[in-house]
Amino acid sequence: MHKDAEPHEDGGKREHVGAHMVSVFINGKRHVVPEHATIMRAIEYAGHQIIRGAGCREGFCGACGTIYRLPGDYKLHTGLACTTLVKEGMSLTQIPSVPMEKAVYDLETLTPDVSAILQVYPVTFRCVACGTCTKACPQGLPVMDYIQAAMRGDVAAVADMAFDCVACGLCALRCPAEIIQHEVGILSKRLTGRYLRKESRELDDRIAEVRSHKYDGEYRKLMAMDKAALSKLYYARDLEP
Amino acid sequence: MYPDYLAGYVKQVERTRPKRLELALTGEPVFPPMTAAEREDVLTKYHPDYSKGAKRPVRVGPNKGEEMTTEVAVLMEAHSMIRPKLLELGLREPDYETDLLIIGGGGAGCWAAITAARQGVKSLIATKLRIGDANTMMSEGGMQAAVSRTDSPTRHYLDAMGGGHFENDPALVRVLTEDAPEVVRELENLGVIWDKEPDGSMQVLHGGGTSRKRMVSCRDYIGAVIMRTLMDEVRNHPDLISIREFEPAVELILDENGHCAGAVLYSLDTEQFLIVRAKATIIATGGFGRLHIRGFATTNHYGATGDGLVMAYRAGAKLKFMDSVQYHPTGAVFPEQIAGFLITEKIRGAGGQPLNRFGELFVFPREPRDVESAAIIRECSHDRNNGIDTYVGRTGVWLDSPIIDMIHGEGYIRRQFPGMCRQFSRFGIDITKEPMLIYPSLHYQNGGIAINERCETSIPGLYVAGEASGGVHGRNRLMGNSVLDYNVFGRRAGHYATEYARTAKLGRLSLEHIAEHARALKREGIDTDMISPLILPSYTPEDVKIQQLARLGNIPAMHSMLRSRFTPEERRTRP
Ligand SMILES: Cc1cc2nc3c(=O)[nH]c(=O)nc-3n(C[C@H](O)[C@H](O)[C@H](O)COP(=O)(O)OP(=O)(O)OC[C@H]3O[C@@H](n4cnc5c(N)ncnc54)[C@H](O)[C@@H]3O)c2cc1C
Ligand code: SF4
Ligand code: SF4
Ligand code: FES
Repeated sequence: MHKDAEPHEDGGKREHVGAHMVSVFINGKRHVVPEHATIMRAIEYAGHQIIRGAGCREGFCGACGTIYRLPGDYKLHTGLACTTLVKEGMSLTQIPSVPMEKAVYDLETLTPDVSAILQVYPVTFRCVACGTCTKACPQGLPVMDYIQAAMRGDVAAVADMAFDCVACGLCALRCPAEIIQHEVGILSKRLTGRYLRKESRELDDRIAEVRSHKYDGEYRKLMAMDKAALSKLYYARDLEP
Repeated sequence: MYPDYLAGYVKQVERTRPKRLELALTGEPVFPPMTAAEREDVLTKYHPDYSKGAKRPVRVGPNKGEEMTTEVAVLMEAHSMIRPKLLELGLREPDYETDLLIIGGGGAGCWAAITAARQGVKSLIATKLRIGDANTMMSEGGMQAAVSRTDSPTRHYLDAMGGGHFENDPALVRVLTEDAPEVVRELENLGVIWDKEPDGSMQVLHGGGTSRKRMVSCRDYIGAVIMRTLMDEVRNHPDLISIREFEPAVELILDENGHCAGAVLYSLDTEQFLIVRAKATIIATGGFGRLHIRGFATTNHYGATGDGLVMAYRAGAKLKFMDSVQYHPTGAVFPEQIAGFLITEKIRGAGGQPLNRFGELFVFPREPRDVESAAIIRECSHDRNNGIDTYVGRTGVWLDSPIIDMIHGEGYIRRQFPGMCRQFSRFGIDITKEPMLIYPSLHYQNGGIAINERCETSIPGLYVAGEASGGVHGRNRLMGNSVLDYNVFGRRAGHYATEYARTAKLGRLSLEHIAEHARALKREGIDTDMISPLILPSYTPEDVKIQQLARLGNIPAMHSMLRSRFTPEERRTRP
């Protein structure tokens, strides 16, 4: 296929590979796009209106999972379309969505240990430690390690390792054991936040103060002030270093 | 590593750093904060809201005659996507019926659904992209909440009012600041992992315009953590909450008594219009960054096109502060691939400093956002010419990040800003060792649909929460107050709309207000081929777009999104 990618092939004005342009195959069709484009920009440059496959456009939401191959390379690569740059001869396609089911559970009835994993995502224990998920992760997370931690019931470790997960689902797509790693990650994060963190006494006190209407009087005073009075107070307030 | 033409400027930053570090370590302000008069001066001269053509009076609707940001006024004066006549059957036999229709699946929308579910009321979330594909997912730096002992909700109130130039709605600001501590606890109960001190107390940092350290955070992924928690919880109630993705609302439906009775959805997959009949409706559609106001790059998600404003306005709701736009001081300028990308204000909260081409500080790093942005624009303007140019014609100033590790200790940046580190390292820049090139980026819709503390609009049965609403932040929002906003008001909207839906009785459904809007355009002699809501922006190159638009006849709706990108002036200059 990458034979066609040679720049000598001629095909109309937008087909011309000039300086700073590369040719890529989008859904199997050759397009010439700027070499500094991300995959997402390239798809749009080619004239597509993206509907599925874009959300944040900045690497936070995981909507833009993409698979691609490069010339002379047998590997199937995975990436986020919004943060991966095009390369000469790249052959790519976006994944509209990865079908998978999130389990329904009640956080209040779970405990932050292996029993929660067993109960909510029993499939986790099928992991064969092949490492495919880690290789697929566009965020560079140690996915296999966090799945292993989940099997040990160390949900705090899962939460830490999966913290930067964008839930693109590329790991799940590639996993031979059909595990939904990012959902295991979200469950572990919620268990950690809910049960494993020391609660803040200061926060308790503040909530109690608000509930006992401690600030009512002060609010009433401030709300009754006109712009000039409020402004004076504002510019005179002290700043914590 | 920066290319050679920029590397020399990086040297300037390194040259001045020891002195600046010394100053930062004293704890005193590293640059004198501006006085009220100085703020006023830089804003009127350099803030984009004041540039030529930035605003103009809108010619139709409830705010007729008032100034609005030009790009917004154009949307308000555009055609509806639908022909009411063809939907009459649907109004009699709706496609979906629900107690509560929630338009938008971001933070505010999810909170509303969770709150309704807790009270046993059914809701339907109709959202444009996937649930969670929203600005909420992207928030980085943190949320303000007066949780520390030296702070108080009333102090928070004063800071927010000052940031908004004292034009904010006082009742809304009170609710915002007073509900904040409770919201922190509620989120923790749902499983949000806050950054904490070893004793369990909340880690707090400064943001622009805060007089106390008040920013609570989840590293630099607060949005991802909160959004995924809320989404997960929403999906834990399939019996009470149904979700329709890729089905944005395009118009509201009123009943014969003028009460809100649901909305018309538009399926992006099948290009059908679908009718939802609902006892109460909540608009939680977020902001409008993708309108690229004044041609600015934006930090916002793909679906941020201000649709809620358009729908509510056509139905007769009043808008507030639509003449003001927030530009975030620190959007990425280099590399080109991430132009506009948000660099969280938490960087400046932690000690990061903006510097000009000579490596000089030129502004206090923690001014309110509009002031900070205007100061950066001034530094890059022809008046000062102190910006650094990139090869593609952008200009920016430095944001010195390496100094943060020198202030707080090695490893601090990696721990606190994993998201920022990753984004830049993808392009070969190590922000722990090199500064970032920045320029203001279109960030937030300061104004929006007018609401009260119960999130009610002037239309009975219509509620609004989050960035789509107007009044909470006046003409300028402080960092951390919008994450707080959608948490506080999302919950409230869910609560009060639920209360209303329990007893609401709907009359015959009607789209008469759409027909009336068309008549108003005619009366005013407005000639436009714009269609709104915009739904999605188009990044198709102009030559390709023209080839797509050459087709005759009924333009499929997918292409109408492209079509709506042409303004009448542009049309005339095209072949
Ligand atoms: C990059 C970035 C960083 C930020 N960082 C911070 C921060 O650190 N601290 C802070 O306080 N604030 C921050 N903000 C601001 C804050 O995140 C947003 O203001 C807030 O999340 C808005 O929440 P929302 O629920 O109102 O709207 P959103 O989260 O934007 O949700 C709107 C939803 O409505 C949907 N929608 C839009 N139109 C339609 C339609 N026609 N029909 C149906 N659905 C529709 C969208 O797809 C989306 O799901 C940041 C914003 C951005 C963009
Ligand atoms: S862990 Fe899986 S879902 Fe999460 S970012 Fe990596 S590949 Fe995507
Ligand atoms: S891909 Fe699946 S089976 Fe392989 S290591 Fe990852 S989770 Fe385990
Ligand atoms: S569009 Fe959100 S991660 Fe790429």
